[in-house]
Amino acid sequence: MVLVKRLVLDVLKPHQPNALEFSQALAKAGGDYRVCITVLEVDEKTETLKVVVEGDAIDFEAVQSGINDLGGSLHSIDEVEVQSEPQAG
Amino acid sequence: MSRKLGRFMNLLEQSRFLLRITRTHDIIRRYFVVNGFDGALTMLGLIIGFLVSGTTGLSVIINVCLGAAIALGVSGVSSAYVSEVAERKRALGKLEDAMITDLRNSAHGEAARGVPLLIALVNGFAPLAISLLILTPLIAANAGFALPVSPLYAAVAIALLLIFLLGVFLGSIAGVSWLRSGIQTLLIAILTAALIYLFASY
Repeated sequence: MVLVKRLVLDVLKPHQPNALEFSQALAKAGGDYRVCITVLEVDEKTETLKVVVEGDAIDFEAVQSGINDLGGSLHSIDEVEVQSEPQAG
Repeated sequence: MSRKLGRFMNLLEQSRFLLRITRTHDIIRRYFVVNGFDGALTMLGLIIGFLVSGTTGLSVIINVCLGAAIALGVSGVSSAYVSEVAERKRALGKLEDAMITDLRNSAHGEAARGVPLLIALVNGFAPLAISLLILTPLIAANAGFALPVSPLYAAVAIALLLIFLLGVFLGSIAGVSWLRSGIQTLLIAILTAALIYLFASY
């Protein structure tokens, strides 16, 4: 089984909710997620973010769904860190 | 009971979130003050009109004022809803253009549907609630409660007090003297009363 440990995402989002609320909502997608957001660019109505999500087993679908729910749009997956776990038995 | 309270708190938190992401806190506050002021002045005008007219039965006065209060409430809900639906759709469309994506299923889409309803309810509730407060002495007197003063004068006093408090509220928002702001709105009410006395006596 391969577990996703770290994701670096390029995300476009509206100004609201702000980066703090956005990161809190994404962290809620998992029990132990650590989310770090850097605002790279600010336009009239949108912001481009670098979103780093770290956790023991990141559920990518849940993270993507969280981004979409808040009005954001995932542009690209820029970095990924995964780890294989030995199968039990 | 606690589950109902929890659901209510969730709804409240969700409403605050939707107002925050659409930045409509100030709009809802403005609607509350503007339509609340409308309700208070309308009731003040009606009651002074009845005072000038002489003897009229309390039940007639209550029915006329209640009719006006309900009409103000319904008008407040419907007019704000129609205009805010249009405003929120326009804002959502602009945001979708900037994002180049469909936001109907996002929090912004939910806000475009829910915020007009919230604003409409506040816009309708403000004049209705303020009118009902002003009518309290009339309703109490009609129900048989003995009041130390005439119910019409008591209603006028409550109307003036509420108008003063709306001014105080505006003063606190603007960060200026609450007393000055309260007196300003009170003067508007007194001017209204004076105009009614002037024209209704003919």
